[in-house]
Amino acid sequence: MSSIATPLADSAIMLRRNLKHTLRNPVVIFNAVFLPIIIMLMFVYVLGGAFSVGEKYIDYATPGLLVMGISYGLGATSSAVNEDMSKGIINRFKVMDVSRGSVLTGHVIVTAVRCLIAEAAIIGVAFAMGFRTSASALDWLGAIGLLVLLSLAAGWLTVGLGLAAKTAESAGLAVVPLIMLPFLSSAFVPADTMVAGVRQFAEYQPFTPIIETLRTLLQGGHADNAHTIAAFAWCAGFALVGYVWSVRTFNSRA
Amino acid sequence: MGNPAIAVSGLRKAYGDKVVLDGIDFEVAAGSIFSMLGPNGAGKTTTVNVLTTLLKADAGTVRVAGHDVARETKKVRAAIGVTGQFAAVDELLSGRENLRLMADLKRVRPAAQVVGQLLERFDLVESADKLASTYSGGMRRKLDLAMTLVGAPKIIFLDEPTTGLDPRSRRTMWQIVRDLVAEGTTIFLTTQYLEEADQLADQIAVLDQGHLVAKGTPEELKRRIPGTHVRLRFADADELDAAARLLDGSTRDDQELTLRVPSDGESRSLRALLDRLDENMLNAKEFSVQTPDLDDVFLALTGRASAEVVAK
Repeated sequence: MSSIATPLADSAIMLRRNLKHTLRNPVVIFNAVFLPIIIMLMFVYVLGGAFSVGEKYIDYATPGLLVMGISYGLGATSSAVNEDMSKGIINRFKVMDVSRGSVLTGHVIVTAVRCLIAEAAIIGVAFAMGFRTSASALDWLGAIGLLVLLSLAAGWLTVGLGLAAKTAESAGLAVVPLIMLPFLSSAFVPADTMVAGVRQFAEYQPFTPIIETLRTLLQGGHADNAHTIAAFAWCAGFALVGYVWSVRTFNSRA
Repeated sequence: MGNPAIAVSGLRKAYGDKVVLDGIDFEVAAGSIFSMLGPNGAGKTTTVNVLTTLLKADAGTVRVAGHDVARETKKVRAAIGVTGQFAAVDELLSGRENLRLMADLKRVRPAAQVVGQLLERFDLVESADKLASTYSGGMRRKLDLAMTLVGAPKIIFLDEPTTGLDPRSRRTMWQIVRDLVAEGTTIFLTTQYLEEADQLADQIAVLDQGHLVAKGTPEELKRRIPGTHVRLRFADADELDAAARLLDGSTRDDQELTLRVPSDGESRSLRALLDRLDENMLNAKEFSVQTPDLDDVFLALTGRASAEVVAK
């Protein structure tokens, strides 16, 4: 067998395994897909009326909701990765000479797929709630590309968190900061309404340029180059760091 | 058989300054059951992990299926199957799917047929489509072993395969192991149960604190410690008295009407003993040669009782 076909085929087999896991665990699907929608309804219908953002709230909030929507499916992944490592099945794979990365790739891809399903659901519900956009096909392509990249980056970071955690429970908790970060960004209210300190944090944290880039793309406006470059750079950086960290932690664990 | 299935020489492994394996040597003949016996923490699992390529040795050479574990890792992996201490099954997959996963990863074809045969062989057909999380401990171990057998590995490592199993499941496991050896598979088995080693193993090595303190067949090991004796039971106290006077060095049990006579257990001395009884018109109702069991051996070799005895 060629040296590339084997890892690819192994990854496909592992992906099938992880997909079955997801489909059999309704809680995972609920957390990943329905929870973001519920939070979306709360923000738009309950809280949004009180926010003054200078435009229709659903139009303002959708990009932020999309970014937040990625983070809700992650806890399941970090726990699952951790359980794989602690429950001995990983040794079975290692002894069988399954290509090392395939176990992790399976988790990352299934995480990304779950994220993107959540994103599709959020976009669908947003339209139903009155979200309007003048984005061109190219803008959409850019937005989707950014979300795919963000999903993969989040996937690799999460796998790394799952590998580094000592127990499955702490692995699930380790992703909570990723869930919290969008709140400390321009996702739901403009950063300049926040108190000093939080404002600076919100302006410079990675989610802000990602959200702002999405917002510009979805509003069909001119992309701010600085934000766009920062958004893609952050995503690529996270993906790379997550990947290297995951592979290292994986190899050093028994 | 020519080459040994497993050959280990001078194997050393330490974690930091804690020496786990302090230079051990042994060979396992192809098609035999080799049992490594030892208390918890003796280094059994570390040995298995080195032999199965999961862990690198600090020193020594290990050849499995004729290949060096450090340099020809892939070839070793292709020849072995491993069932670890904890059932390594995917609980969110059914028994059939677990086996299918193994068949796919090992590229065993036709997968459905191989999976079907293993389910039948391990008596898992009825639960084949239930999630492994619903299986009992014994069923999980069976599924685990069935997963290990996908692709028919030549050498199988079983790390404490019956720890935590009820006696019935344990016997089922033993039968499966015997069947595998009958088919020509080599088995490397670790256990802390002396009875298990006694029942199954062709060769036993006793590991204690990183050293192999004894090697041999179960019988050889039992013979290594003194205590073989002949047990005679008589019909009444008079006969017991007469026999006790006749046989020097014997110890009597008046309750049981038995006499314990030291012996080397060899046929010539046994015949001499029986002749003496006969010449004196004494007839033992029961006659048996008692060798010390492995518990005695273990205690003598390691200075500690085995897990089994402690559990009692």
